[in-house]
Amino acid sequence: METLYSSMLSIVKLILSGDKALYEIILLSLKVSIAATTIGMLLGIPFGTLMGMYRFPGRQVVVIIIYTLMGLPPVLAGVIIYLLLSAKGPLGELQLLFTPTAMVTAQVLLVTPIITGLTMVAVRGKEKLYLETAVSMGASRLQAAWLVIREAKAGIMAAIVTAFGRAIAEVGAVMLVGGNIEHVTRVMTTSIILETRKGNFDLALSLGLVLLAISFMINGFLVAGVLKYLQRGEQY
Amino acid sequence: MVPAFSLNGVIVEFNNQPVLDIGELVFDDRIIHAVIGPSGAGKSTLLRVLNMLQKPTQGSVTYFGNPLPYNGANSLAARRSMSMVFQTPAMFSGNVYDNVALGLRLRDVKTKEVRAKVFQALETVGLTDLTKRSAATLSGGEAQRIALARALVVNPRVLLLDEPTANLDPGNVTIIEDVIKRIPHETGITIIIVTHNLYQAKRLSQQAVFLNKGKIVESSSTDEIFNNPKAQETKLFVSGEMVY
Ligand SMILES: Nc1ncnc2c1ncn2[C@@H]1O[C@H](COP(=O)(O)OP(=O)(O)OP(=O)(O)O)[C@@H](O)[C@H]1O
Ligand SMILES: [Mg+2]
Repeated sequence: METLYSSMLSIVKLILSGDKALYEIILLSLKVSIAATTIGMLLGIPFGTLMGMYRFPGRQVVVIIIYTLMGLPPVLAGVIIYLLLSAKGPLGELQLLFTPTAMVTAQVLLVTPIITGLTMVAVRGKEKLYLETAVSMGASRLQAAWLVIREAKAGIMAAIVTAFGRAIAEVGAVMLVGGNIEHVTRVMTTSIILETRKGNFDLALSLGLVLLAISFMINGFLVAGVLKYLQRGEQY
Repeated sequence: MVPAFSLNGVIVEFNNQPVLDIGELVFDDRIIHAVIGPSGAGKSTLLRVLNMLQKPTQGSVTYFGNPLPYNGANSLAARRSMSMVFQTPAMFSGNVYDNVALGLRLRDVKTKEVRAKVFQALETVGLTDLTKRSAATLSGGEAQRIALARALVVNPRVLLLDEPTANLDPGNVTIIEDVIKRIPHETGITIIIVTHNLYQAKRLSQQAVFLNKGKIVESSSTDEIFNNPKAQETKLFVSGEMVY
């Protein structure tokens, strides 16, 4: 307990002193997760909205695939991207393995189904009433989709937060395709594993708490910021 | 004069069951039409067909002489020339002002004009003091009047009203009926109103259609339907003796 206390204290000191190595891994964690979540949103929100709004033959099968991919084991996502990017893989020439780009790619694979699936569920249920009202009021297809998304915002918010949480807390995929290389691909979760293996449990735990605190701040920012954006209307 | 709508052999089926089966029906321009009939007769379905929300399984509908475009490039323009008030109106999140302004904003009307038009529409339904209220907090009757304001604000060529006074107290029914009565004279538009209230149909409309079980039983002037009905079914219905 005493060592936990002292290592928490030393972590706080490191944070306050602007320790370069610590900030490096925190920043990389944020960069990778935010990039992956953003790309996941750009892909998943439109796709999920379409899936929620329209019926078509074979839709059931697509839904089941999305639900299955929502539970894709991170290690499996890692292996897939690893094989694609490895020297002998189809994309080996890009030399992306063990780079932050590879980590983002693997996480996109993890978060996109989550955002798609949860957006689809959020939109469904709203879609009949609001889509028809919007269309009847003279909305184009795009305008109608945007109005439906606005009405489903609470659920889509949950999708984004869940995806971001998954991304920043995930270790299996980033470890595989990133390799936990110091100054290059080391992030918070891979550091925690490293410190645990070295027996520095208190340091690992403290890093975990920092991770949680950062998550808390980011989520607060997301909830306040995105909700405000979605509620924005021209005031009179 | 070219009629607003003209229906020919329109059939709407759900799960292979016809709920609307209309041989021929014409809605003349610039007057008020009432659609009456018992619950489940297909009245709302008929309005949805006219509003292009429900494509008929069979048959054709013309709109001012041209085929009603259920999809394709022309459908947006046709839709933007009409307004519908739903039986249970849905309000978008945001305040009342935003809800009434929505149709104008969707049509890219300039912000300055939007403001004036929204206040005018709210004044028409007597709810200017609700502008800043969250639309989610409206009572059923208030929502219905806001929905009417939302429909009127875009100056539609055709106004489709599905039970627009169903949730209102008698005082407000009179206010809304007065609004509806004034519209065709002031703007020259066509109104089709679905109502359970036979007196309302009598007070407002010049033409009336009596629907039962998806079929037209009788369609003529309101005066004829109420005072000199041809069909036995119509007689029973307008005298309130029909059992269904
Ligand atoms: N989407 C649908 N799927 C299946 N059946 C439907 C659907 N929409 C309407 N119906 C059926 O079609 C019939 C006509 O419905 P409609 O809503 O047009 O009746 P209405 O005349 O407006 O009745 P009310 O006066 O109660 O509003 C009803 O029997 C209804 O159950
Ligand atoms: Mg109805």
